[in-house]
Amino acid sequence: MKTEISRREFLKTTLAGAGLTIAATMTPFGSRLVSAQDVKKGLFNPNVWIRITPDNIVTIVVNKSEMGQGVSTSLPMIAADELEADWKQVRFVEAPGENKYIDPNWGMQLTGGSTSVRHMFEPLRKASAAAREMLRTAAAQTWGVPVNECVASKNTVRDTKSAKSLTYGQLCDMASQLSVPENPSLKDESQFKIIGTSLPRLDVPDKVSGKAIFGIDSFVPDMLYAAIARPSAIGAKVISYDKDAAEKIPGVQKVASIDHGIAVCATAPDLAWKGRDALKAKWDKGSHPDLNNETLERTFLDSLKKEGAVALNRGNAQNALTQAVKKVEATYVLPYLAHVTMEPMNCSAHVSGNRCDIWIPTQNQSGVLEVAQKLTGLKPEQIHIRTTYLGGGFGRRGFVDYVEEALQISKAAGKPIKLIWTREEDIQSDFYRPGYSCRIEGGIDDNGRMTAWSHKIAVQSIFEYFAPQMVKNGIDPAAVDGIEDMDYEIPNLHVEYVKLELPIRIGFWRSVGNTQNAFVKETFVDELAYAARKDPLEFRLNHLKNPSARRVLQVVAEKAGWGNPLRKGESRGIAHHFSFGTHVAQVAEISVNKKDGTIKVDRVVCAVSCGTMVNPNIIVAQMRGAIIMGLSAAMHEKIDFANGGIQTANFYNYNELRMNEAPEIEVHLVKSKDKIGGIGEPGLPPIAPAVANAVFKATGARLRRLPMTPQTVIEAMKKV
Amino acid sequence: MISLEINGKKYEVDVDADVPLLWVIREHLRLTGTKFGCGTGMCGSCTVHIDGKAQRSCITQVGSVQGKKITTIEGLAENHPVRKAWIAEQVPQCGYCQPGQIMQAAALLAENSNPTEKQIVEAMSGNLCRCGTYPYIKRAIKRAAKEGRKV
Repeated sequence: MKTEISRREFLKTTLAGAGLTIAATMTPFGSRLVSAQDVKKGLFNPNVWIRITPDNIVTIVVNKSEMGQGVSTSLPMIAADELEADWKQVRFVEAPGENKYIDPNWGMQLTGGSTSVRHMFEPLRKASAAAREMLRTAAAQTWGVPVNECVASKNTVRDTKSAKSLTYGQLCDMASQLSVPENPSLKDESQFKIIGTSLPRLDVPDKVSGKAIFGIDSFVPDMLYAAIARPSAIGAKVISYDKDAAEKIPGVQKVASIDHGIAVCATAPDLAWKGRDALKAKWDKGSHPDLNNETLERTFLDSLKKEGAVALNRGNAQNALTQAVKKVEATYVLPYLAHVTMEPMNCSAHVSGNRCDIWIPTQNQSGVLEVAQKLTGLKPEQIHIRTTYLGGGFGRRGFVDYVEEALQISKAAGKPIKLIWTREEDIQSDFYRPGYSCRIEGGIDDNGRMTAWSHKIAVQSIFEYFAPQMVKNGIDPAAVDGIEDMDYEIPNLHVEYVKLELPIRIGFWRSVGNTQNAFVKETFVDELAYAARKDPLEFRLNHLKNPSARRVLQVVAEKAGWGNPLRKGESRGIAHHFSFGTHVAQVAEISVNKKDGTIKVDRVVCAVSCGTMVNPNIIVAQMRGAIIMGLSAAMHEKIDFANGGIQTANFYNYNELRMNEAPEIEVHLVKSKDKIGGIGEPGLPPIAPAVANAVFKATGARLRRLPMTPQTVIEAMKKV
Repeated sequence: MISLEINGKKYEVDVDADVPLLWVIREHLRLTGTKFGCGTGMCGSCTVHIDGKAQRSCITQVGSVQGKKITTIEGLAENHPVRKAWIAEQVPQCGYCQPGQIMQAAALLAENSNPTEKQIVEAMSGNLCRCGTYPYIKRAIKRAAKEGRKV
């Protein structure tokens, strides 16, 4: 149902206001795009987000990338509600990558951090309310009646006295001549008709028919396919390659050295890969030939002996620890993980003289524009970025390395090219969820209360690379996310960060630092609960004041039957985490085979509290999906390093959870008056600790390493 | 020249016989519903039907399927119970793996109109979904089976 409009048409209808300043687009309205004389007859386009045409179709311009999280439905729902649109008449179109479509909260066109609905809720509502008021005014003027007599509902304005009515399509012309009201009144939340309903997703029909266009489905006339021979180790330099052999492969048209390797362009993808193989490129040992699983493990453990930067120091944790009645200590080591979006990285690009075209599944249009300007020397208005559907994002597509490559190759070939990474390239050239280690000491008093928590985290800094301005006083916010701001009331809390310097590319991986920090926090709280001889649920509640945190725990416990007997061999574990503005609690029911160490997760119950809910079904789907992805990571995933490079290559050694291991998942939506929270990520962090806590209940063994492979479980059981 | 019959239509393609069927379908014939995921037959994104059986087109040489009937997602009838069930259950998130999932499920139901939970899991566990839509896929297959039996 995605509205197909050509680039040309889009430009004609919405770009008349080219040259708008960023400042103008920072207003909630985006900006008024067209002046009266530029108006295309019949088009009502009061701001960058809304277009209404005489056929009575409302098109919402979605400036966030659709990567499965449902923005191509939830953002139009927000707009349609305030606009009083008829949902059947609503379409969406993905915004091109242009400055005027930036997220007004961020000043960037970027999808991430579970912010799409949170950031666009107010701007879309204000823009839609303005459009609605203009349509009402147009009707009132047509009929010569006061505006307050005119009611907008379902794409129609009706005069309450005469019962005359005109559709939005009929009012387009007139409305487009009116000035845009600056402070239109917004509906009260109790009047929402579309927000809060589980409408079917607008992108689903095309995704079921096979018509949905992802990045890899882009075609440009006369394009070549590009393949890249890449270094076999981190920082490796090429020693030799056989250019002639590659050029002899029929269909190979260009061999060129680029920043990240040697590119081969051919008339078909298989020929490009044949050409790449024919290069027989030889590489030196790279910059860190000694890097492997064992040396990394040593680095992680040794780093915990170093002094770090203090992220938080409340009370005096060291004193409190010495006074504690019981003290618990634990050291954790967690692996590097790959994103492994089902659609491997790809980009089509055409750099030609004074124009650059890019077709790309990206989370970061602003980043794409920036890199394109840098590499082509062109002005923003000469660069044309089309965002396709994304075959998964999870943070990976916020990086623009593959765009740099496509642009360099197109420049070298002098032709449009389509670059498709193989799965091996995708796994071996990722920006990984960083490996992580930490040491926690906790103390409880004789009332069974946590009195002290001292936490040292060693991890590479993501923000140092991506947004260095976010690193303050040596603290990367992602490294300590969910620890320094934990909900538990602990009088003495010390959080320290040791920044690791390693040559491994790292990045944002769905829920970022919260994945690691929720795991260690929630398993450690569980340890303290047992040390205090308290029920893990009761112990958590004893230390929580936040009403939404308490509520999700109470709901999940009740729905899961916490405390009720289970079948023989089954056990339960519980966890709570607050991230991206949303509280989530989960209970996992599992069984462990104590002989071979395999874990079977039978059922997961989840409670989520995120304030205003735009589309409950999408929220449930995001919770279920995040739980399965989190479970996949917890049970199976790990990147292996050897000889200074990445050894893991494809699904045969990057094991992911499949349907045979996917549990039943029950999701309960908890209403609250809280500020609207994010939804794409917060479902992920609690699942790993919920499972690990259940494993403890079943075996008495604490898992302080991930993934929870049978071997990890057996080794942990030996320590009991 | 390789002769192919895809979705009831005949094609002549000038490629080597050892080229994976996937790339011929997608890039030469532009039936882009069939997706590339791993190139090793381990994720199922490229699943098509060859003489009615679900096969991984990324590890199927195009020369080996001459004279056989190939069906891609584009060839699955619009009112196919699996397609309808996928919409009713709102299965897709990012959607990239879904054509492969749908083709795998359609082949299962063609062979077994009333699969048990265990048979569904066995048939579908070769298809990866990173968004984690497995519970929805399971429900959609059960719904499609029910609908299919009514017809």
